[in-house]
Amino acid sequence: MVNTMKKTIITVVGKDAVGIIAKVCTYLADNQINILDISQTIVQGFFNMMMIVDTNQTGKDFGVIVDELAKLGEDIGVAIRCQKEEIFDSMHRI
Amino acid sequence: METIKRKAWFITMINLYEVAETNEMIAKENLDVRTITLGISLLDCIDSDLQKVNENVYRKITTVAKDLVQTGQEIEKEFGIPIVNKRISVTPMALIGGAACKSPDDFVTLAQTMDRAAKAVGVNLIGGYSALVSKGMTQADEMLIRSIPKALHTTERVCSSVNLGSTKTGINMDAVRLMGDIIKETALISQDNDSMDCMKLVVFCNAPDDNPFMAGAFHGVTEADAVINVGVSGPGVVKTALEKVRGENFEVLCETIKKTAFKVTRVGQLVAQEASKMLGIPFGIVDLSLAPTPAIGDSVADILCEIGLEYAGAPGTTAALALLNDQVKKGGVMASSYVGGLSGAFIPVSEDQGMIDAVTAGALTLEKLEAMTCVCSVGLDMIAIPGDTPNTTIAGIIADEMAIGMVNQKTTAVRIIPAIGKTLGDKVEFGGLFGYAPIMPVNKFSCEAFVNRGGRIPAPIHSFKN
Repeated sequence: MVNTMKKTIITVVGKDAVGIIAKVCTYLADNQINILDISQTIVQGFFNMMMIVDTNQTGKDFGVIVDELAKLGEDIGVAIRCQKEEIFDSMHRI
Repeated sequence: METIKRKAWFITMINLYEVAETNEMIAKENLDVRTITLGISLLDCIDSDLQKVNENVYRKITTVAKDLVQTGQEIEKEFGIPIVNKRISVTPMALIGGAACKSPDDFVTLAQTMDRAAKAVGVNLIGGYSALVSKGMTQADEMLIRSIPKALHTTERVCSSVNLGSTKTGINMDAVRLMGDIIKETALISQDNDSMDCMKLVVFCNAPDDNPFMAGAFHGVTEADAVINVGVSGPGVVKTALEKVRGENFEVLCETIKKTAFKVTRVGQLVAQEASKMLGIPFGIVDLSLAPTPAIGDSVADILCEIGLEYAGAPGTTAALALLNDQVKKGGVMASSYVGGLSGAFIPVSEDQGMIDAVTAGALTLEKLEAMTCVCSVGLDMIAIPGDTPNTTIAGIIADEMAIGMVNQKTTAVRIIPAIGKTLGDKVEFGGLFGYAPIMPVNKFSCEAFVNRGGRIPAPIHSFKN
């Protein structure tokens, strides 16, 4: 059931470089996190990506994923945030 | 069926720009949840034996609140939004200690127990060292009030509040006069530390039972056993939104504030529900407040400037604040299923860099602040005055503020710091979220004969609505 699935939003913002998407996707695949949607733009050399993912299959705690993705971001030189979808839903949908 | 659902999901799916807007608010505009406050009833802790009351209070607080801080941290991670404070409010202590305490010093032991419990569960402040004396004082109420200076001085995290009047009961002028002395005494006892104990003490008219903000939070007797109240904030978000509509008319201005307040409050509602679910404690209210901090860009005064004033305090300030306060409520009310607490724009001086600048520039006076409190939540907040201000003058300032609350059927408060040994031109440093405050001039003329009359001011005619 699509509606009951807990969705998570991952955002990646930073200077564009080779292999950003590959590295993030590798991490997600290694942790059984399924990607539902990706949108991405580059504005004035800045890489801006949003992913909607399903974290139901992963064995890891949400907090651990948040920290590991942030760490991965530091290594690549971009900022990666991982947040539950509800915060955006509640703010932008009545 | 499945296809339709899939389609519906796709259409309502959050897009890149919405996600970017939210994260921009958090990262650059200081959007945060200011506090999750867990209200705990201590009525079942009452005993005639003082030691037993102390034990009961400690056990109840540390049991009910044991997961509060950790839960707050988990929610911060899940949604990527800072929750600045995790706090506790308890039943007014004058009610809990009344049967056991025979002296003000007995009450002090209860304050120390609250402090120990707060430290044990890791909250930064605990409110409810309070007495509700809007019509009269019981012996216990008076003992608690007299114990406040010592209680605040021998504890770190305890906050105290006294309700001195209400629209229904009028103003208890005996208590107002007494608080003039108590505030001064609280300042004197902590004079080595810039009279800082005073920032943990507030007096109210029409104090709400469910306010999550310190120093005035307490868990009213009309409340359930335990309840989660959340205070949101976001002056920076409103300011940034208004930058985009510079020069537009009032309709556009008001719509912008309203929509922004809606978004900010929805975050509070989400956090409150999540905390309630995780802790298994019912959700009480969201307090729709614009609470500033000394951080640059987190200022209510800056919003007033963005609306079109050179400084907060310039002519037009009261009108600008009135519309700001009203639009915040209009936007917020729809965003949350229950609103309560103080709900409105806060105008503390020391906690708001724009307010500090206005005072320093000579644009903002105590009298103008008093006018501003007629149209926004709370009142004279975090204001430093000369240390040699007479006790009766402090009582007079309180009486004026209580009268505004009583007649306008709203909450008003006074949190004032007579900075001992300091005078005009000096400033008081509070540190952290409390900021610093330049000493403000106080009207020199006496109100001694007025506040010394004794008794109470009757309730206004429009309180008789039956």
